[in-house]
Amino acid sequence: MKHLLSTRDLDRATAVGILDIAEDMARTADREVRKLPTLRGRTVVNLFFEDSTRTRLSFESAAKRLSADVITFSAKGSSVSKGESLKDTAQTLQAMGADAIVVRHHGSGAAHMLAHAGWIDAHVLNAGDGTHEHPTQALLDAFTMRQRRYGADSRGRDLEGMRVVIVGDVVHSRVARSNVWLLSTLGADVHLVAPRTLLPSGVETWPVTVHEHLEPALALDPDVVMMLRIQQERMHAAFFPSAREYAREWGLTAERFAALGPDTMVMHPGPMNRGLEISSAAADSSASTVLAQVTNGVFIRMAVLYLLVAGSSEESA
Amino acid sequence: MSARTVLHDSDITRALRRIAHEVLESRRGDGRLVFLGIPTRGTVLAERIQRVVDEIEPGTSSVGSLDITLYRDDLARTPTRAPAPTRIPDEGIDDAIVVLVDDVLYSGRTVRAALDALADHGRPRAVRLAVLVDRGHRELPIRADFVGKNLPSSTSERVSVRLADVDGVEEVTIEP
Repeated sequence: MKHLLSTRDLDRATAVGILDIAEDMARTADREVRKLPTLRGRTVVNLFFEDSTRTRLSFESAAKRLSADVITFSAKGSSVSKGESLKDTAQTLQAMGADAIVVRHHGSGAAHMLAHAGWIDAHVLNAGDGTHEHPTQALLDAFTMRQRRYGADSRGRDLEGMRVVIVGDVVHSRVARSNVWLLSTLGADVHLVAPRTLLPSGVETWPVTVHEHLEPALALDPDVVMMLRIQQERMHAAFFPSAREYAREWGLTAERFAALGPDTMVMHPGPMNRGLEISSAAADSSASTVLAQVTNGVFIRMAVLYLLVAGSSEESA
Repeated sequence: MSARTVLHDSDITRALRRIAHEVLESRRGDGRLVFLGIPTRGTVLAERIQRVVDEIEPGTSSVGSLDITLYRDDLARTPTRAPAPTRIPDEGIDDAIVVLVDDVLYSGRTVRAALDALADHGRPRAVRLAVLVDRGHRELPIRADFVGKNLPSSTSERVSVRLADVDGVEEVTIEP
């Protein structure tokens, strides 16, 4: 694998392989020495054109656990604010010897552009591009589901037979897109719930079942309910009448949460808008995997960095 | 010339039993023994040796596996390979006598990586090395403490260990 840009082009075996390597990485967390020497002498650049705390910190800590040198670049306070283009920025990083570039950009397709425009040789990891994809988030979500479901017996397994309901702002959500592709590749039964205004056009061609209301989807006794963040920074139009109405119709309220099955997981990619898409009762319950998702994010990113960066540049086996 | 079998299944069983006895004999005192196999075939061998040790002195030893993929010194030169699981017994390795087990000892680089990996798991009282076949051609100052068979070979020859649990047949062969 040369780049990780999307979950759409991952086949089931590759995806399960990444989850299994993450399992090995997770094991190193309870050792006396957590650091691995695997990427010693390699340089990983975090190139963040968009604000992010957890993803940037997660990639940073993953690269450091593998002994890579990490350079973090955020657009604020850099030459980008003087008008430097993505191309010039990327070539500058390449000239500094970057082996891998983790990129987050507000433009959909930015990671793909960086990987395929011929500007640089480095491996590219998409850490979120516009409303397009966020593949490591989907991988860590799948990892978390598998871990909750199968525990120590997770290795080698896919998500066949799991029912996942994804609720909320699908149109702006790269997390939702990446999850739809990955989870359906892994065999899960994926349902989307959103007001019509927050569903993208073309959703009928996706491998999912779409619901306009939350109750019928929750009545299917899902294994996972994943609440998406209402992305206020991308809301440039009126997509729903009011926050209160959204919470009432599509939020995981305390009442809806209480009606879920005892083994249903509640997931959220963070940061949460408490009281809007998710109630505190759900977010702070033992069904919530929010913190496990953060922990697992580091393992998934270690696995992906290992797969992309450790081997020789020839096509890997 | 085709492959020549240098150890048959009964030879392998006998060699492993002898190694088990030698490990016990060399232990001197009451040190806890932890056998750690290097995947894939080292893990199988470690389990078999430990089983014999456990028959002779029940409850004094445990077994696990130690993957070295992430510690290899040739990572950048070869295509990426998936790591195998590492399983360290619950008691840990601190103050134990760790016996690393591998199928073939050749350059010594795998063992070097295993020693690095081991140091990240704790501090054993001593580390020993047991191998089924020692074929020579060391590139590092490493030697085995327990050897099933010394097999003088040339670097152009290929030594293959096949075990019933992994390969369906049980033999050690050498081919030009």
